[in-house]
Amino acid sequence: MADEVILLDFWPSMFGMRVRVALAEKGIKYEYREEDLRNKSQLLLKMNPVHKKIPVLIHNGKPICESLIIVQYIDEVWNDRAPILPSDPYQRAQARFWADFVDKKVHDAGRKIWTTKGEEKEAAKKEFIDVLKVLEEQLGDKPYFGGDHFGFVDISLITYYSWFSAYEIFGEFSIEAHCPKLIAWAKRCLQKKSVSETLPDGKKIHGFINDMRKKLGVE
Amino acid sequence: MILKHFHKLNHISQILLSEMSGLKLHGAWVSPFVFRVKWALKLKGIPFEYIEEDLYNKSKMLLHYNPIHKKVPVLVHGGKPICESMLIIEYIEETWPQNPLLPNDPYEKALARFWVKFADDKGPAVFKVYKSRGEELEKAKEESLEILRTVEKHGLGDKKFFGGEEIGIVDIAFGWMVHWLGAMEEVGGVKLLESDEFPRLHAWINNFKEVHVIKENLPDHHDLVAHLKVLRERLLGQSSS
Repeated sequence: MADEVILLDFWPSMFGMRVRVALAEKGIKYEYREEDLRNKSQLLLKMNPVHKKIPVLIHNGKPICESLIIVQYIDEVWNDRAPILPSDPYQRAQARFWADFVDKKVHDAGRKIWTTKGEEKEAAKKEFIDVLKVLEEQLGDKPYFGGDHFGFVDISLITYYSWFSAYEIFGEFSIEAHCPKLIAWAKRCLQKKSVSETLPDGKKIHGFINDMRKKLGVE
Repeated sequence: MILKHFHKLNHISQILLSEMSGLKLHGAWVSPFVFRVKWALKLKGIPFEYIEEDLYNKSKMLLHYNPIHKKVPVLVHGGKPICESMLIIEYIEETWPQNPLLPNDPYEKALARFWVKFADDKGPAVFKVYKSRGEELEKAKEESLEILRTVEKHGLGDKKFFGGEEIGIVDIAFGWMVHWLGAMEEVGGVKLLESDEFPRLHAWINNFKEVHVIKENLPDHHDLVAHLKVLRERLLGQSSS
């Protein structure tokens, strides 16, 4: 019996990308459906009535919401290949902690860089760099956050990489200058097909943010 | 007299057992997040040593174990720290599977995690009611009501607990609604959880409070109210609302 897997998503979303990377890692066939966030489909509203947000994974008709919850679900259902979370409970707790840290800290700091000006923007840049430095320290000399293997924390963070060049342009700074090890890690991740075939080009994201800034009146 | 010795022996045996399991919980008596972990450990019958932290004078150990967030709770197992209350509970669940708090089925598990995240993300918004006034309070009330309505409509269904007939991880995650919300309503001078608007939540709160482990492990209401009043004064800078 074939599985029916549908992903409701929005192409620039770093949250949606996490699910796409996880599905690719596991080699799962699925139907991708692009949502227009200004005109959400009836299906999206029905499948995620609480938040009305993407990504939503629909597996044999049943919806799973929230990107990191979806990635864990994928890992648990398709548990016969390419493990995403470690098997040891303490290592799993550490992986969840750092993915949670990425969720709590990276998005908001990054967003402020392209939505604010002047002093607020400078403060946002500093906050963003500080957060990345903490992550860089956590990475240490390991090839991946997961150790020898690409895993949960790597997936949670790598999808921000396609937004990095836009942050750098709007923030007028170089992330590599502050966090060279992190950029080296990102490039290592990009050598994996599941990542390189998922992440959109930085220029496309930059164009998208440009349009958003005009709509929000940030100039 | 005998009771006093019994309690002493019980306390000593708890310490000995917790030495064997090597479990220490760093917490603060007011924190609903700390109580989540206490409830999980007690529901599973796992002995532990509890260490009370002064949140205005955090111990070196706490800062060593949780350098990133510097918060309680922290569970230390055989010298290794685990932080963030709901992550601690997932760790407890995976390490001591008896009296399961999470469903086995991956889909049900994902659903449970969804509501745990909701409880975690939205709790702080509701907490605002005890420390706001005027327009900010009105806003906090509106936001809180929306949150409660969502749980009432989408989260509960007509089961005894969030996961069915037995208490589980989602109930624990929403534990702040049971005791702390009432105290916050009192201090903020608001009433959010009217029983005619929230019949399911009211029923759930009663069911939750009746569970022995929960009943035996709640902070004193008056102490909680007094503490929140002090916090409110500190934040708003006056002695009455």
